[in-house]
Amino acid sequence: MLDLSAVVTEANQAITDATDLAALDQIRVTYLGKKGSLTEQLKSLGALPGDQRREAGQVINQAKQAVQAAIEARRATLEQAALVAKLAAESVDVTLPGRDAEMGGLHPVTRTLERIESLFAHMGFEVKEGPEIEDDYHNFEALNIPSHHPARAMHDTFYFDAHTLLRTHTSPVQVRVMKDEAAPLRIVAPGRVYRCDSDLTHTPMFHQIEGLFVDTDVSFAELKGTIDVFLKRFFEIDDLAVRFRPSYFPFTEPSAEVDIGCVLCGGEGCRVCSHTGWLEVMGCGMVHPEVFRQVGIDNEQFTGYAFGMGVERLAMLRYRVNDLRLFFENDLRFLRQFK
Amino acid sequence: MKFSEKWLREWVNPAVSTDELTHLLTMAGLEVDSVAPAGGEFSGVIVGEVLAMEAHPNADKLRVCQVKAGEGDVRQVVCGAANVHVGMRAPLAQVGASVPGLKIKRAKLRQVESLGMLCSAKELGLAESADGLLPLPSDAVVGTDMRDYLGLDDVVIDVDLTPNRGDCLGMVGIAREVGVLTRTDLSAPEMAAVAASVDDRFPVRIDAPQDCPRYLGRVIRGVNPQAETPLWMQERLRRGGIRSLGPLVDVTNYVLLELGQPMHAFDLARLSGRIEVRRAKANEKLVLLDSKTLELDDDTLVIADSKGPLALAGIMGGEMSGCSDETHDVFLECAFFAPLAIAGRARKYGLHTDSSFRFERGVDPQIQRTAIERATRLLIDIAGGEAGPVVETCSEADVPKAPTISLRAARIRRLLGVEFAQDEVEEILTRLGMSLTKTDDGWTVQAPSYRFDMAIEPDLIEELGRIHGYDNIPSVLPAAHMVMPEASEGRLPLARFREVLVARGYHEAITYSFVDPRVHTLIAPDTTPVALANPISADLSVMRTSIWPGLLNAVVHNLKRQQPRVRLFESGLIFVKGGDGLAQVNRLSGVICGPVRDEQWSSQNRMVDFFDVKGDVESLLTAAGHKGSVRYEVAEHPALHPGQAARIVRDGRELGLLGALHPAVAETLDIKTPCYVFELDLDAISARELPVFQALSKFPSIRRDLAVVVDASVSSATLSDTIRKSAGDLLSAVKVFDLYTGKGIETGRKSIALGLILQDSSRTLTDVDVDEVVARVTAGLCESHGATLRD
Repeated sequence: MLDLSAVVTEANQAITDATDLAALDQIRVTYLGKKGSLTEQLKSLGALPGDQRREAGQVINQAKQAVQAAIEARRATLEQAALVAKLAAESVDVTLPGRDAEMGGLHPVTRTLERIESLFAHMGFEVKEGPEIEDDYHNFEALNIPSHHPARAMHDTFYFDAHTLLRTHTSPVQVRVMKDEAAPLRIVAPGRVYRCDSDLTHTPMFHQIEGLFVDTDVSFAELKGTIDVFLKRFFEIDDLAVRFRPSYFPFTEPSAEVDIGCVLCGGEGCRVCSHTGWLEVMGCGMVHPEVFRQVGIDNEQFTGYAFGMGVERLAMLRYRVNDLRLFFENDLRFLRQFK
Repeated sequence: MKFSEKWLREWVNPAVSTDELTHLLTMAGLEVDSVAPAGGEFSGVIVGEVLAMEAHPNADKLRVCQVKAGEGDVRQVVCGAANVHVGMRAPLAQVGASVPGLKIKRAKLRQVESLGMLCSAKELGLAESADGLLPLPSDAVVGTDMRDYLGLDDVVIDVDLTPNRGDCLGMVGIAREVGVLTRTDLSAPEMAAVAASVDDRFPVRIDAPQDCPRYLGRVIRGVNPQAETPLWMQERLRRGGIRSLGPLVDVTNYVLLELGQPMHAFDLARLSGRIEVRRAKANEKLVLLDSKTLELDDDTLVIADSKGPLALAGIMGGEMSGCSDETHDVFLECAFFAPLAIAGRARKYGLHTDSSFRFERGVDPQIQRTAIERATRLLIDIAGGEAGPVVETCSEADVPKAPTISLRAARIRRLLGVEFAQDEVEEILTRLGMSLTKTDDGWTVQAPSYRFDMAIEPDLIEELGRIHGYDNIPSVLPAAHMVMPEASEGRLPLARFREVLVARGYHEAITYSFVDPRVHTLIAPDTTPVALANPISADLSVMRTSIWPGLLNAVVHNLKRQQPRVRLFESGLIFVKGGDGLAQVNRLSGVICGPVRDEQWSSQNRMVDFFDVKGDVESLLTAAGHKGSVRYEVAEHPALHPGQAARIVRDGRELGLLGALHPAVAETLDIKTPCYVFELDLDAISARELPVFQALSKFPSIRRDLAVVVDASVSSATLSDTIRKSAGDLLSAVKVFDLYTGKGIETGRKSIALGLILQDSSRTLTDVDVDEVVARVTAGLCESHGATLRD
């Protein structure tokens, strides 16, 4: 009977010794190729008698399969090893910095304004803008601040000529919107404003955002509600203390100034709040009938509230910036802190 | 408005602490700015009496005094004051006492022992200057602690009053307010009329009754100008922030602090003819109390006599007619000047006085008689003299009348958002001194003369809210109709452009809108800036016509601070004077300089160049969806490098400029590294069209590359244009993928490599199709630009 075990043993040894895929393939050709030794055995079957032929055929096929299986197994092992070697060669220092990862950033004033605008946008307040070079009428007269008014002295206005000036607040935008659009209205007006004043705590240019809500039954209680929730959301302090103090603005009546519990010391008293525990953050009030008259809104049909705040002030409190002037130096070491 | 708490408590004394009192005031709209100790930081000082005095044996100017400090307690004190005399009572700082800047010790002054120091007002920190010891009245009990004697367990409360509350610019107003807030009755000092004891009068004529509706005058004869202002009055004035200047002036200032009514005392001997209240004549001159000479104009109200102006009405007296040490006969003035007649005048003349501050804001038009009687009483008590009758000149029609205001109950609720009970409304307004008459829907209300700020219904409603307490008004969120906003897709919002730049490593800057005119001229000499009439400084005096000056200034700032790599952008208005007036235009501007990237371990670094900034601009325009339609044309600009400047144009509209900063400009600005800048018209770049879908071709595209040699001056955009024109519809894109000059290319020429992408939407292109297109393109380039194919 045909015995191929020696051939198989020899082949297995060669397979085990093969260290790369090329050598393994050579072994396959040697035993299983067209002229391979086991293939040759098959070719010789024809010369055997019928019953022997079948038996020998089985033996040869078994040997072929055994060698084939050994080759496949070895191939898998060698491929795996090759992959491992390839991966090892490809490993990198993952702690090295990536390429071109740089990002710039928005100015903290823009960042603060975007935050405020977005909070009010969700309550249906639309963003409106207006010119910065204004006329006396929109900046003062229409807001019930006639030329002799003592409040004018507080505004330290930059003038170009007797009638043209740099707006001292964002309130002229209110006037323009009320004149151009029909009530009801819900707007916020952000922008640059200017006052002729420069020292440690004043810059000649700064930013305000102004809000205006005109509808048939807008009340002071609603003004309080709006401002109260706005300040809590802006500072993300749910139990932030907010208080309204009577004050005076020519364009609102009643008027109020708004204080919050100091966000730096929690109301304990510190340098920033002058040891009072309170920080004044904005002014507000119910739109004065004279303003409605100036813009042609019926004071009996509509009521409205308005509020205004200094953006740098809020940004300073939120991000603990201790020097107002940094906002306009544009020092990259400052700007990079607001990403 | 500064005042002594003790003084206030003589007017009204609610059972509340100082802290509670100041909190109440603040929450009622009279914001307390500060609460400070009443001053006189000293201890161990008592009332002493000089019993005997002899010359110092070793010093001409010193005296050796025996000072009584208590019963049977006499101490030897050396004193150098000129006014020390036997019988005088004066503050004695005992051994161990401390006075500002000094600790009193047992000492020998030129060999004579001294057990303490007799003090002046200045030495006790009660005055800025002093002329000798502080004389104490003869009834001052020897041995009393000076702090008790002066009532220094007091605080000075400083209230920051809003312009509408002129009524609180006197103790009476603050007291009324505290009375209302604490429901406490007032105990005003006695202010009875002083009967005339002589009949002297001085005539008054009012030529400007609208400016001065009421003028009260009174002659007081025979006052003693050497009289001393009593210590209590000096102290109240000092705590109110006013210096003592002798009894005649002190009395008028005291009435100003007490009743809020400014007064003036003229030296009767220096008045001629009569008093005239009139507008100044143009160019009339007046020498003021502070010796400054003013040239007046005709909208200024003056108090004049027959010879000319004596005083700026309601603002400041004149030097020639004022009281002095030699004044014996006084003419007291107590007038009501209309706020409009005074407003702005003080500022115009650069004067700011306690008097003008009050008249500008308003003074109670009915208080003048009380005030002049009060002043007369005080003056006669202090300096003696005989009063003449009060002579009042009044144009009743011009005296402001408190208006009658309708107050509707429904309006209160509508404006404040809270229901007020009828009796609460009546109670609050009555406490505020208003008189009410009930009507069908509310009340008619008459405000007292001192609440001249009450004019319309919301004024009353504010008072109700204020006294009720803003804290007690609920906070509710508005219930409004929901709206869905318009949302134009045809404009790209600024926020998106900012995001693009931030993603490309830019930081946002905010620079002043006013710039140095010299920098303006350097950057934008072809525009005329608008100049401020009152700039804060010369280098911030013209409005920017470009954002570049501000950004370049920021570049300089950063380069000086070890920040060599700068990428900044800013958006905002620029201001350009044009033929049809002033244009305020939104721009988006940027600047870059330094290395193209932060130092990095694997990438080759280099300095930024024109194409870096152009890439940034292109990405902005791509964000707005119109990259393909934009053209870059060679531009000339005074701030830009002549060979690296481009104008950005779309459909004939200029979108902006970009380029390298001109080296000469950079040098002037002291920037030593090349800078690249852009500035875009935000309105123009924001406009975008809605995308319109184009069917995707099912057939493959074919690429053919060409390298052509052309004159160096031929731009790649021109070549691309020609290619598009000659290629026809099959061309879907042209890419420039290489640019070469140097070896193999003759001088003055360049090789440019172009990739043509061809595609048809209905079939696969054949070699024949493609060869045809390439032939047309090659011919076109040759014909139009003298191009030759490079092998």
